[in-house]
Amino acid sequence: MQGITDMKITNRNQASRQYVIIGIIVAVGVLYLIKLFSLQVLDKTYKETADSNVLRFVTQYPARGKIYDRNGELLVYNEAVYDLMVIPSQVKDIDTAEFCRLLGITESVFADRINKARSYSSFKASAFVPQISKEDYAHIGEILYRYPGFFFQTRTLRHYPNSIAAHTLGDIGEADKEQIDADPYYQRGDYVGKSGVEKFYEKELRGKKGLKVVMVDVHNREKGSYRDGMLDSLPSPGKDLYLGLDAELQAYGEQLMNGKTGSIVAIDPKTGEILAFVSSPTYDPNLLVGRVRGANFRALLNDPKKPLINRAVSGTYPPGSTFKMVNGLIALQSGSIVPATQFHCNGPGSTPIRCTHFHGSSPNLANAIENSCNPYFYEAFKTTINNPKFGDIKKGYEYWKNMTWAMGLGHKFDTDIPYEKSGNIPTRAYYDKMYDGSWNSVTIRSLGIGQGEILVTPLQLANIAATIANEGFYYPPHLIRAFGDSTAIPEKMTTKIYTGVEPRHYKVIKAGMQSVFEGGHGTARGSKIPGITAGGKTGTAQNPHGDNHSIFIAFAPVEDPKIALSIIIENGGYGSTWAAPIASLMMEKYIRGYSERPNVEKRMMEGFINYSKVK
Amino acid sequence: MTDRNSIIGKVDWPLLLMYFGLVLIGWLSIYSAGLGDGNHPIYDVSQFSGKQMIWIGSSLLIGFIILLFDAKFFDAFAIWIFAIVVFLLVVVLVYGKATKGATSWISLGGGFKLQPSEFAKMGTALALASYLGRYDVDLKNRKSRLIAYAIILVPAALVLLQNDTGSALVFASFIFVLYREGMPGAGVLMLIALGAVAVFVLTLLWGSKVMAIVLGCMFALTLTYYLLTKKKGLWTMVTVFVCFIAFVFVVDYAFQKVLEPHQRIRIEVLLGLKEDMQGAGYNLHQSKIAIGSGGVFGKGFLQGTQTKYDFVPEQHTDFIFCTIGEEGGFVGSLVVLLLYVGMLIRIIRMAERQRSDFSRIYGYSIAGIIFVHVAINIGMTIGLVPVIGIPLPFLSYGGSSMLAFSIMLAIFVKQDANRLNVL
Repeated sequence: MQGITDMKITNRNQASRQYVIIGIIVAVGVLYLIKLFSLQVLDKTYKETADSNVLRFVTQYPARGKIYDRNGELLVYNEAVYDLMVIPSQVKDIDTAEFCRLLGITESVFADRINKARSYSSFKASAFVPQISKEDYAHIGEILYRYPGFFFQTRTLRHYPNSIAAHTLGDIGEADKEQIDADPYYQRGDYVGKSGVEKFYEKELRGKKGLKVVMVDVHNREKGSYRDGMLDSLPSPGKDLYLGLDAELQAYGEQLMNGKTGSIVAIDPKTGEILAFVSSPTYDPNLLVGRVRGANFRALLNDPKKPLINRAVSGTYPPGSTFKMVNGLIALQSGSIVPATQFHCNGPGSTPIRCTHFHGSSPNLANAIENSCNPYFYEAFKTTINNPKFGDIKKGYEYWKNMTWAMGLGHKFDTDIPYEKSGNIPTRAYYDKMYDGSWNSVTIRSLGIGQGEILVTPLQLANIAATIANEGFYYPPHLIRAFGDSTAIPEKMTTKIYTGVEPRHYKVIKAGMQSVFEGGHGTARGSKIPGITAGGKTGTAQNPHGDNHSIFIAFAPVEDPKIALSIIIENGGYGSTWAAPIASLMMEKYIRGYSERPNVEKRMMEGFINYSKVK
Repeated sequence: MTDRNSIIGKVDWPLLLMYFGLVLIGWLSIYSAGLGDGNHPIYDVSQFSGKQMIWIGSSLLIGFIILLFDAKFFDAFAIWIFAIVVFLLVVVLVYGKATKGATSWISLGGGFKLQPSEFAKMGTALALASYLGRYDVDLKNRKSRLIAYAIILVPAALVLLQNDTGSALVFASFIFVLYREGMPGAGVLMLIALGAVAVFVLTLLWGSKVMAIVLGCMFALTLTYYLLTKKKGLWTMVTVFVCFIAFVFVVDYAFQKVLEPHQRIRIEVLLGLKEDMQGAGYNLHQSKIAIGSGGVFGKGFLQGTQTKYDFVPEQHTDFIFCTIGEEGGFVGSLVVLLLYVGMLIRIIRMAERQRSDFSRIYGYSIAGIIFVHVAINIGMTIGLVPVIGIPLPFLSYGGSSMLAFSIMLAIFVKQDANRLNVL
C-alpha cells in the first residue's frame, strides 16, 4: 500500500504538467489561426475582387512537333483552330436560343452536349464545339462574355502540304477513354497519334502541356493572369522529326502505283532508313484532319479496296521467285553447292517442279538467277536440307529456317512502324504436325521457289534486297532519321545485323541479279536503266485467291548501292510486266533525279489493273 | 434518475458532441470534394461520401459496443491487443501490397483494405498505459524507462519499415505521456527536439557556415554567463552546444543522403528554397489557393471551385481541410480548429480526473496522437509543415483511420464513464 500512495503523490505533483501540455496545444492552435487569418482574411491575392471569382485553369497546348523528310522538306505542320469549351457548373442564366443561333446548332443538340459534358464532369472543362475556324472564333469571341461557363481554347490541327505518305505519317485523333485512363497526361478532347509515326513517336511529338491560371469574373470576362502568372507554366513544344523518307521519291512512287493495288518499299541499305513507303490505294492524309475526320474515316474504312491498310507492312505475300536468292545463299553458306554447281533443267517437263522459262539445259547458279530456273532452286534447297552434315532432313530444315530468320524473315523488325506483321516461315513442328511426322524435301518442295507456306511482307522483301546490296548485313528498316533536338535515335535502329552468310557468296548472287537486267536471257532485260547498273529479281507469286502477283526486288547502283527496294503489284501477273519497270523507274528517279525513259514512265503511271475482272 | 446508472447517462457528452461535430463536417466535406466527377447523392455508396457513411456507421456501432464492455477488459487485455497489432504490422511488411511507395495495406478481399498502422497507435497507447499504470513501474527507474521506450519504438520502427514516415512520426507524440508521467529529462528532451528542428531548418536556410558562427556566438555568450554566475550544469550545457554545432555539419549530409528525394523536395519547397510548380510546390500552392480563396465566410457548402478539380491532391483524404477552408472560410477553419483544441483540452481534463493510472495515461496517449495528427495535417495544408501524408482524425476519408480513431476515443469514453467505480 505504501508504494501505491507514493505513486499517487508523485502523480499529483506532476499534474501541473498538464498545463504545459495544454499550453503547447493552445500555442499551436493560435499559431495556426494566425496563419489561417493571414491566408484567408488579410492576403487578398487569393481572392482578388469578389467571392464569386473563379479561377480558370487553361491548358496551354504545346505545338506538336513538325515532320520533315530527309532533305528537310516539310511533310506535316500545325494549323491553329479553336475549341469552344464549357464548364457545366458555371453555365447560368444564358439565352439558349440566341446562343444556339450563334453556333448554328439546335437546342436539342445543345442539351445533349451539355449533358454529355456534365456526365464527364460538372467542374472540369470539356469541348463543347471543337475546331471552330478563325473567322467564327473572332465573331463568337466578341460576345462570348454573355455566356458564362463558355470559353475558347486554342489548339492545333495537322496539315499535310503535299498530301503524300498517308500510311507512314499516320494521323491524330481524340484520345479515347482507355488512353485517358492509362496516361494522366491526356484529358478528354486531347489529340493523340493514332497511326504511323504520329502514333509511334507520340511522346516525342506531343511536347509538354503548360498551364495558365486566369481569373474570370461573374460576367465570364477574363480579369488577367492569377498572381502575376506565378503558377503558370509554359508549354514546351514537341520534338520535330526528320524521316528517312524522300518526299519526291515518295510522291513519284505514289503516282506510279496509281490504279494498282500493292506496295513499294525503298530502303537506303547503308542506314536502313526507308526512302519510300507506298501502299496503294492510298488517300490524302488531309482527309483525316479536323471535323471531317470522323466521316472520312468511316468512308475509308468501308471502302472495299481497304485504303487504310498499310500493305507494305500489314500485307503478307508469297515471295515467289524473289526468294530464290535466299535459297541460293543458304545453299552456298552451308557448303551444299558451289557457284559452279549445275543442276539439270528439263524446261516445262521438269519434275517435281516445272520450269516456266526456256533456257540452256544445265545452268549454274548465276544463270539460274538470270533465267529464274525453278528446278535449279528446288535442287539447291533439297541438297541443302538433305546435306549429310546435318544428320537428317529435319535438322537440315531447322538450319535452313534459322538462316531465313537471320536474313530478317519470319519475324517483325519492331522498329518504329505500327501494324507490322511477321510473315511466315513454317517451323519444323508445323510440318511434323501437318504430315504426321513423315515429310521430306519433296513434300515441302514449294519452299525452294518461294511458294507454299512462306509469306513475307514487302518490307521484309525490301530488306532482303538491302542485305544483298550490303553483302551480308542490314540495319533494321526504320522511318526516323533524326530528331529535331539532335537526340539519338533508338540504338536498335542503328545496330548492324549480320545474316551469317559470307560476303563472297553474296558477290555471286549479285552478279546473277545484275544479269537479270543485263543478260541476254535476263527476266527484266526490258527494264534495264540506261547508264545505271542495277541488280534485280522478278517474282511471279502464285496467288490462291486470283491472278498472280507481280513482284520485283532490286538495288542500284551495283558498285555502291544507294537504294534497295521491293515492289508488289497485286494480281499484276508476271514480275516483268509491272513490278520490274516500276522498280527501275524508282531507282532511276532516286539516283538520277529524273527518268530518261518517259514512255516507260507514262505507261506505268497510266496503266491500271481492272480489279473488277481479276479472278 | 435511471439515467445515472445507464451508460448513456455516464458518458462524457461534451466530448462526444465535439466528436459528432467533426465527423459530420468531415462527411459533408468529403461529399463536396467528390462532386468534381459528376452529380450524385451523398449516400451513393459507389462514391467516397457513401463509403465514408458506411465507415461512420460501423464506427458508431463498434464504439457503442465498446461502451457495453467491462471497463477492466482494456487494461487486462492491453498487452494482447498490442501483440496483435505488432503481429499485423509484421504481416503487412511480409505480405502487404505496395501503394504509393508505402507498404501499409493488408487486402481483406472484396475491395476492403486494412491499414494496421492506424490501429498500431491505439495498441501502443493501451500497452503503454497498462505498463506505466502498474504500481511497481516507475519512470525514474532505468529498467522501466527502457521497457516504455521499447513499447513505443518497436511498432514505430515497423511502421517506418513500411516507408510510412508520416505515421511513424506520430509515435513521437508519446513524449507528452512520458513528460506527464514524470520521466526525468522528458521536458529537456522536448526542448532538445525543438532545438534540433530549429537548427535543421536554419542550417538549410542559412548554410552550415553561418549557422555554426551563430551557434558559436550563442555558445560563447552562454558560457560567459555560466562562468560569471557560477551556475550549475555547465558540462551539460557544453555537451548540448557541442552536439548542436556538430549537428549543423551533418545536416547537409543527412539531408542529401538519409532523406528520400521526395521528402527532400517537400522540405525545400516549404522553406522556399525551391520552386517546384509541377510537383510538391504545386500541391502546396493549390492547397493554399483553395484555403485562401475561402475568405472570411467561405464560398458556401458545395460552392467551392478549387477543390472540385483534381488540382488539390488527395482532396478527400489528406487534404480534406482545403475543402473546409474554401467552403467554410476563416469561420469554418476556426470552428474546426476550436473543435480540435476543445476536444484535446477536454480529453486532458478528463484524463486528470481519472482515479486509475491506466485511464489517465491512456487519455494522454490519445490526446498526443490526435494532436500530432491534427498539427501535421492542417500544418501541411497551410504551408507550416512539410507535406506528410497522414489523415486528419475523424474528417479524412478512409475506413481504417475512421474506425481506429473512433475505437480509440470510445475506449477512453468507457474508461471515463467507469471512473467512479475505480477505488
